[in-house]
Amino acid sequence: MASDETSGKDLTAADSSSVEHVTAAAGTAVVARDALKNPGLPPHRQRVTDLDPRAEKRAERTVYTLFYLSVVGSIFAIAAYMVFPIVPEEPGSVRLNNLFIGIGLALALLALGIGIVHWGKSLMPNTEGIDQRHPVRGSDQARERSVEIYHEVIEESGLGRRALIRNSLIGALVVFPLPAVVLFRGLAPQDQDPVALLNQTMWKKGTRLALDPSGAPIKASDVTLGSSFAVIPEGLQDLEHGRLEEKAKAAVILVRMKPEDLNQLPERVTWSYDGIVAYSKICTHVGCPVGLYEQQTHHLLCPCHQSQFDVADHAKVIFGPAKRALPQLPIAVDSEGYLIAQSDFLEPVGPSFWERQ
Amino acid sequence: MPRTKKPTNGRARRTGRRSPVASVALIAIGLLFTGGAYAMVSTSTATAQTETASQQTISEGEKLFAANCATCHGLSADGTGTGPSLIGVGAASVDFQVGTGRMPMQANGPQAIVKPVQFTEEQTAALVAYVASLAPGPALPEAEYLDAEGDAAAGAELFRINCAMCHNVAGAGGALTEGKYAPALEGVSPEHIYEAMVTGPQNMPVFNDMNISPEDKRDIITYLKYLDNNPSPGGFALGSLGPVSEGLFLWIFGLGAIVALTVWIAAKSN
Repeated sequence: MASDETSGKDLTAADSSSVEHVTAAAGTAVVARDALKNPGLPPHRQRVTDLDPRAEKRAERTVYTLFYLSVVGSIFAIAAYMVFPIVPEEPGSVRLNNLFIGIGLALALLALGIGIVHWGKSLMPNTEGIDQRHPVRGSDQARERSVEIYHEVIEESGLGRRALIRNSLIGALVVFPLPAVVLFRGLAPQDQDPVALLNQTMWKKGTRLALDPSGAPIKASDVTLGSSFAVIPEGLQDLEHGRLEEKAKAAVILVRMKPEDLNQLPERVTWSYDGIVAYSKICTHVGCPVGLYEQQTHHLLCPCHQSQFDVADHAKVIFGPAKRALPQLPIAVDSEGYLIAQSDFLEPVGPSFWERQ
Repeated sequence: MPRTKKPTNGRARRTGRRSPVASVALIAIGLLFTGGAYAMVSTSTATAQTETASQQTISEGEKLFAANCATCHGLSADGTGTGPSLIGVGAASVDFQVGTGRMPMQANGPQAIVKPVQFTEEQTAALVAYVASLAPGPALPEAEYLDAEGDAAAGAELFRINCAMCHNVAGAGGALTEGKYAPALEGVSPEHIYEAMVTGPQNMPVFNDMNISPEDKRDIITYLKYLDNNPSPGGFALGSLGPVSEGLFLWIFGLGAIVALTVWIAAKSN
């Protein structure tokens, strides 16, 4: 309050003289002598609404019309909610419902806001005034007193003398957040080693390759040249718990090419069957599903960051941010002709993690 | 007038005696009759495979092929350096490539683009018959799978698993590598959707009947037709391209409106 009182009068004086007040303190930079003079405020210009009573009336009318429009908008939104309900079987009804409620609410808020701003700009007084900022530094008296109070508190509470109380207080404050750490740890899976979870998937020796989403096992003869199958381990669809977690690790893409097009390492020749190869669908960059298979070029493209893998060459990275080839699932054929896994993936699938071997 | 008179005169003169060609015609009619009767008996015992096309359609297709396709695919359709062999690609593949206007190809490029269809339906059918007669391959789809009256929800799930990574979840298409792209699926006829799944045109993988059964393909077609026939529940779909078009819209119109309002609020009233 006190500062407000001073502000009104002092201001113009303080303002114009502020440049002269600045004196170079020892060690500070050079103060420019030809500092820009404060030009002051431009002359006050009267608005149309100040000069013309009819214009003032018109502005008043505009403002209250806008406020009434806002009322109309609000009521329109309520009516739209009732007239255009969302019918569960009709997704198209959502469109009308959202559209009309949105129009109503937008009208209500915009008319209100525009009305208030127009009111302020055209009708409220617009004479320029300056409120000077009060000094931040306290008076010397207040500063001395606060230092006194600080010492009194130290003295009276005995924080300096009673070391036991002080130290036990610090100890209590340090221990206090620990329950939160323990409680939040409880939200993560218990008695499960996350590293082991990341290292293995549902694939085991003899697990049949099954179609996503039906879970029907796939015969080697079903996979014709140029095909691409979205594959899950058989039994995944019957899982009660953690089905999506398992699917996120075990998803596989199965393709067949001409055996002579495959460029296989000698130690991996037994991992494919007659040109059929299976690779993890989880990108080694950040784990998106790599599903864009180009059957002519044998390239797999990740939709998230455009990593490209060459399926003909053990899914090695040929472009993009991924750093490792997609892990290959060794496959074979069982006595009934169904495709089976020879084992789990021999390396962890998906992106890197600290404990990855 | 004299022209109409003349034939009547001729006919009147001929009555009464046998024409020299009459016996030949009689033998020909007799042969045709017996031959036709034999053909009817033999087709009734043959399998449904022979309903594909008559020899005439096939030879017509062969002529069209020689005139329009053989430059790249070879006179006997066994491929050249510029075009693949068409032996064994089947009726479905030709109907898709020619019926959507992708073939004859406009120019060599990353992939054949859709353009106005170059052949009439009869000509397309003749080409289909000719290529299908070369070697067995995927046949034209049965009409019962094209009615788009299957289970749209099941089709949507299959579409998300097998198709959406390239064609976008709303079938709006998307980019692939090196200038190739997956086309948008809006307005594509059920026949062509089915044929594309069966044959795997260009870089699209093949989705044979063991992978996606004909009933499942019908569901997928149902889903795509549902998307075609129903408006997007969210209002303007902006091409269903997701953050690209939606973000651009917001940057231009949303931020534009905010800037305009700010300028108005800060401006002095007149």
